[in-house]
Amino acid sequence: MSTDLVTPAAPATDKLTKKALTADHPTWCPGCGDFAVLNIFYRVLEKLQYPHENIVCVAGIGCSSRFPYFMNTHGIHFIHGRAVPLATGISLSRPDLHVFVFGGDGDGFSIGGNHLNHAARKNIKLTYVIMDNFVYGLTKKQTSPTSPVGFKSKTDPTGSIDRPINPMRQLLASGATFIARTHAAQVKHMEAMFERAILHDGFSVVECLSECVMFYAGAFDDSWPKKGGTFDTIDETQHDVTDDQAAFKLAENLAPGKFGVYYQVNRPTKNALEQKWIDDTQSKLVGVSQKDILKKRFEAMR
Amino acid sequence: MSTASAPSSSSHTSLRNAVIRLAGNSQDGIQSIGGFLARLAGRTAQEVMTYMTIPSTISGGPSIFQVHLGSGEVLHEGDEADVLVAFYKHSYENHIAALRDGGICFYDTADMGPEDIKHERNITHIGVPFTSATVEAVGGSTRDRGKNMFVLGMVCAVFNLDKEKLVGIVSRQFGRKDESVLRNALLAFDAGFAYQVGDVEKFAFVPGEAHGAHRISADGNQMLTLGLIAAGVRYGSAYPITPWSSIMETLRVELPKYGGLYVQAEDELAAVSMTIGAAFAGHLAITGSAGPGLSLKMEALGYASMAEIPLIVVNVQRGGPSTGLPTSVEQSDLMQAIYGSHGDSPRIVLAPKDVEDCFYIALEACKLAKKYSCPVIILSDQALSSRIEAFEEPDLDKHWVEPALDISTRPEGFKPYPLDSITQHAPPGSKMAGGKYPVSTGLEHDEMGHPSGSPKMHTLMTAKRRNKLVQLSKELPLPEIHGDQTGDVLVIGWGSTYGPIKESVDRLRLEGHKAGALHLRHLHPMPDGLDGLFKKFKHVVCVEMNDSGLYGYGQLATLLRASLADPRIQSVCKTDGLAFRIREIVTGVEKIMAA
Repeated sequence: MSTDLVTPAAPATDKLTKKALTADHPTWCPGCGDFAVLNIFYRVLEKLQYPHENIVCVAGIGCSSRFPYFMNTHGIHFIHGRAVPLATGISLSRPDLHVFVFGGDGDGFSIGGNHLNHAARKNIKLTYVIMDNFVYGLTKKQTSPTSPVGFKSKTDPTGSIDRPINPMRQLLASGATFIARTHAAQVKHMEAMFERAILHDGFSVVECLSECVMFYAGAFDDSWPKKGGTFDTIDETQHDVTDDQAAFKLAENLAPGKFGVYYQVNRPTKNALEQKWIDDTQSKLVGVSQKDILKKRFEAMR
Repeated sequence: MSTASAPSSSSHTSLRNAVIRLAGNSQDGIQSIGGFLARLAGRTAQEVMTYMTIPSTISGGPSIFQVHLGSGEVLHEGDEADVLVAFYKHSYENHIAALRDGGICFYDTADMGPEDIKHERNITHIGVPFTSATVEAVGGSTRDRGKNMFVLGMVCAVFNLDKEKLVGIVSRQFGRKDESVLRNALLAFDAGFAYQVGDVEKFAFVPGEAHGAHRISADGNQMLTLGLIAAGVRYGSAYPITPWSSIMETLRVELPKYGGLYVQAEDELAAVSMTIGAAFAGHLAITGSAGPGLSLKMEALGYASMAEIPLIVVNVQRGGPSTGLPTSVEQSDLMQAIYGSHGDSPRIVLAPKDVEDCFYIALEACKLAKKYSCPVIILSDQALSSRIEAFEEPDLDKHWVEPALDISTRPEGFKPYPLDSITQHAPPGSKMAGGKYPVSTGLEHDEMGHPSGSPKMHTLMTAKRRNKLVQLSKELPLPEIHGDQTGDVLVIGWGSTYGPIKESVDRLRLEGHKAGALHLRHLHPMPDGLDGLFKKFKHVVCVEMNDSGLYGYGQLATLLRASLADPRIQSVCKTDGLAFRIREIVTGVEKIMAA
């Protein structure tokens, strides 16, 4: 995070358009909810106009984790479950970058569950979109940590018996400073949640219900008005987003539950706290070259 | 203890080297007085090598610190002690066998008496009231505190060490603490120095050869850490594990001075991932651990091979497998370092030969990681991590590397994975003139980084990743052979056994054998042309601190036999968790020569 290592990038001269941001055609199945997530992400980036070269898309493994290939930005497609710590390494060492992580429920709540807790409590500056489809899709229908009890999969042919994760409560307990929930079929809402998450200074997470039409069709119909459900949004005139107890209460029942910002609070990021430590340390060494710092260290060992 | 031929002018017997073993419990501060002696050696143009054992429990337990001081080259910690200082009866009982015939034993009369002494092997026993004399000198109720300083003062007097310099070192160490701490330490030291040990031989080292440059004394973990900083490392992440932790602790405190940052991760998987994140972001970054942690990092290491990410990974080896012997030494992670992980995942593996080399191996690892854009593993070990040696201060004007983040605009047609040259990534922040931004990937890919399941592409890309190491093996210089260049036996080692093997070869030569020692710092790839060197010897013996396995060969020997198909390559292995003694190597090699 030392700024002297970083040559500040010149401001983008070209306007960032969807066309410039588009890469390979997504390999997702027709009808997959993830298409809408991708499109809305393009739209939000068009709106925010960050320098093109400073946008980084990070993902682990899963259908949704193919995201970086479909974004024409700097990207990294990493291993299963470790996208968040990888993004932490980028975020902490490069304050000039905008770091986005995309992944699914398996990446976020199962194999990478521990990392989610720690990145959240440390309040790493990045935005994490969890495209939750309640099923393992890439490996063709196994139970996921968010599959409801009774869900029939290849690993639970008679129906899942394990209590699913409650993502909102999990995130609230972890210490994330921006927690929102949205639905891939509600694009206006999704856009608002993404934008607020990205503009939040800290660890921002959006759980986005995104239907797997192949292995869990209709999973989110109950919150999709077009399919007869109710899209019940959080009324922020009634809900204090800085009140974690109220947020826990809101998250009591997520079937189908409420959508919107559950929790948002300002707490210093690890990025800022570490930079302060670096600045304090370096303030005692003003005028001493880095090489001389090490030379002095050796002198003390004579 | 070898005495010099010229008689000393004083009442002191002149000597060239001596091994002092301090035996007590871990809370007695014997590590700190051992450290003082080692630093004194560095300042008085003497050579030194130390050896310590620490219990793997927190609240103490038996512990030793052995110091081998010499006016000439010191290559090992000493097979047996010339002087034993026993803080307790149990220390005496456990370590009297390590004292040479005719050696001197000082023991604390607070914990044992003349009735406990075994009169044998012409050993001189001297009872000294370490505890009560310390209490008398310091006063108050600090019963046990300070008896290490009393012993240091006594050793200083017996060996006629440079008292002024020693007090200077002590003062600098304790000076950072409360004033009374230093005062009490010096009171105890003076009491020990003045104590009349009675009718016992006193010694004085012949002056060591004056060295031109400044000399420093340090342990291996310190030098590895400082080498990484000198090489331009500013970022990384790790998880605590013995004996690696002191590297991450030092990086955590030091890197902010250089504008960098070292992060303690929630686990080994996060640690390697964060480090790859910093490396992907364009920095030279390092993670590390001991063997168990390296195993946990293996999946990500495979990614770094596939995605061609430059990455430094330190493994301070300990006794394994599993939790094993956390505070003992072993060289049993060689195969893991080279072949661990899944798939064909080539990486570079280096091993430092001594404490000084820890600095230079770090520099080399960083250079190679950048040049070949791949993971580089540094295999240190527990013995190197904690032992103290004295050597020339590195010339930073020569070795300093200024860190550089290259986010220059990349030209049109930039390929992240070109087949005809070594990958050099464009980190985030780099503008792409052609408008196409790169994706770093763990899927097999084409030159542009697009996922590709093409059989031909996987063949070509596997070769691309492997050929970097083939190129390196041709660039590496052949190591020099110490001793005879041709003859009866070539003794091969890697890692911290460098000194003992060199000393053993000198002994073998004194005994009339034509023997040479060859030390490998580059273990994967090895330099091209080793077979030519082996052909000049009748026997080729690999000395390693690992198991001889199912077929009778240690890990390096197995690799050499497989790659060179030379059936003369034999093994001397051991798995007791202790560093090699000279006589173990000499006996082992002679046995193979006689067979």
